[in-house]
Amino acid sequence: MILRRLLSRLATTLVTLLGVSVIVFVTIRVVPGNPIAMMLPPGATEADIDRLRALYGFDRSIMEQYFIWLWGVVQGDFGTSIQSRQPVLRLVLNRLPATLELSIMALVIAVVIGGFLALTGTRLRGTRTEGAIDVTSGMALSVPDFLWGLVLILLFGVLWPVFHISGRISPQLTSEFTTNFFLFESVVRLRFDLWRDLVSHMFMPALALAIPLAAIISQLLKQSLKETMHLDYVTLSRTKGYGENHVIIREALPNAVLPTLTLVGVQFTFLIGGTVIIERLFSYEGLGNMAIDAVINRDLPLIQGIVILFAVLFTVVNLFVDMLYAVLNPRLRHA
Amino acid sequence: MSAFLSIRNLSLVLKGGPRLLRSVSLDVEAGEVRGLVGESGAGKSMIGKAVLGILPRSVEVVEGEIWLDEVDLLKLRPSERRRKIGATAALIPQDPLTALNPSRRVGPQVTDRLVDILGWKRADAQARALELLAEVHIPDPARVMRSYPHELSGGMRQRVLIASAFAAEPKLIVADEPTTALDVTVQKQILHLIARMQARHGTALLFVTHDLGVVSKVCGSLAVLYGGLVVEQSPVRDFFRQPAHAYSRALLAATPKYTDPMAGLNPVPEAVITAVQAEVAQADASWRNGGWRHD
Ligand SMILES: Nc1ncnc2c1ncn2[C@@H]1O[C@H](COP(=O)(O)OP(=O)(O)OP(=O)(O)O)[C@@H](O)[C@H]1O
Ligand SMILES: [Mg+2]
Repeated sequence: MILRRLLSRLATTLVTLLGVSVIVFVTIRVVPGNPIAMMLPPGATEADIDRLRALYGFDRSIMEQYFIWLWGVVQGDFGTSIQSRQPVLRLVLNRLPATLELSIMALVIAVVIGGFLALTGTRLRGTRTEGAIDVTSGMALSVPDFLWGLVLILLFGVLWPVFHISGRISPQLTSEFTTNFFLFESVVRLRFDLWRDLVSHMFMPALALAIPLAAIISQLLKQSLKETMHLDYVTLSRTKGYGENHVIIREALPNAVLPTLTLVGVQFTFLIGGTVIIERLFSYEGLGNMAIDAVINRDLPLIQGIVILFAVLFTVVNLFVDMLYAVLNPRLRHA
Repeated sequence: MSAFLSIRNLSLVLKGGPRLLRSVSLDVEAGEVRGLVGESGAGKSMIGKAVLGILPRSVEVVEGEIWLDEVDLLKLRPSERRRKIGATAALIPQDPLTALNPSRRVGPQVTDRLVDILGWKRADAQARALELLAEVHIPDPARVMRSYPHELSGGMRQRVLIASAFAAEPKLIVADEPTTALDVTVQKQILHLIARMQARHGTALLFVTHDLGVVSKVCGSLAVLYGGLVVEQSPVRDFFRQPAHAYSRALLAATPKYTDPMAGLNPVPEAVITAVQAEVAQADASWRNGGWRHD
């Protein structure tokens, strides 16, 4: 059952990715900006330019270029970056772990803060505390993540400098790692000195990304919990002698989580999109930062590679949420 | 106090609004089946909710006592009250489709009170649940314990809830219209089942219903409610032979006869309604003069 769903999702995913690749491919070729001109020193001859254009295949029609590119992709070759002359796939995969770790850390922070606020607000519903939680999350939502980034930089980078405001890790420590999953590796190897350095770099960008999502989780989950609290099985549980905390966590929460989950999945893909600007703001060496550089340099093959990877990430997240929903909901699990 | 449940002068108000229960006094003796009838909105469910400590937040107790097993529930701290209720009373809910948690297996929903509130060993609670499920004629109880609620039919779920209510051997069970949400074909079975379980376990039963026909079959005595006021309390035999209150008589006349369902469907006459409403107003007036509220 779940396998069938998975297969049909994979099929639609493939079609989606093809569509995305076509759109990106065409768009970045019709917007103004000439990648070749940016590579050559001033004073290069027409002949030089033509030679380079031919080398990168830009002299052919867009359709031809696309199929050449697609044929390469099928064979695992995403082309070569114009700027750094390195294979796109390697560049992109080297940066992916940094962005993944940042996004997942942001997600964890958002779930912890949002979940805590939702549970507290439900426990204290009808009191001033609930009102305060509503106001706070309303405010958190009305400010976008990059502005939270600026606020955090001012607060904890400038006024009270407790966190690093730039980079992923202190440069002298980079050579300590064998993989690019720095955070994960530091935990596995129990190198908490490295871990601390990483977290003090990541915490602010992750928090900036997490704040709006935490607000959404808090609002949605609280709403859904409060509705669930009126249901008969919750009342029945009270007559058995259970108190408020037990009833909220064991009876209401498992059911209230389901409607929240789907939306959090969608919001998480927005969060991943948000890393582009946040990484730039914090000079964090991830995919997003690389994407902006690639756009500035009109590095067409690299842009294509990054966009496709983001699209893959989004669909993987959606797929994962779908499966999680099926696993958590007994009515689907056995259907 | 001989009665197992003794409600004394209980008044509930909707916060900032009218009284929902008007100085209700009601005794349920140990092992007795007490019917609670009245039209929709009369406050039948409110009485049950007050006894089980599940009044809505918008409702407030303004006077009265609820003695359950020799303690006044309203004098206990909330956590003590919950435990007292959980240990001595139980609810058979109205709608079996919504009264089981869809994301928990059936077994734990039957055993949780035994383990968490009464401190039984898990294995004992498990055995007890199996025994009770068999007693309410659930085939293959072990499999049902492992199922999720959506895998069971409505009648099956109500059986599970009945088993769950009796599992801890409570002294009092509140059944709030336990068959109205069910298919007509299973209503009778469930009713018989509740009556049989009650008799076997000797549990006192507070039976909320619209249906005087049901009362005549299951209950030993009944209370008639109108507008939150108890207008009559009688043993069932006396009530059906000769109702004391005019409203009761009208109610009885309005009930389809068991032998001939279509005959004698007389709506409660205007004059009777006016009279009983005057009684309610009178009760409120003397209540206010009694100094409970000055508004
Ligand atoms: N959650 C609630 N908040 C406020 N008022 C309520 C609530 N539930 C019921 N009431 C009111 O309390 C009064 C008594 O309601 P109750 O549910 O006890 O009636 P009932 O006799 O059980 O009726 P029914 O036969 O329809 O179940 C009604 O006037 C109703 O409008
Ligand atoms: Mg009712």
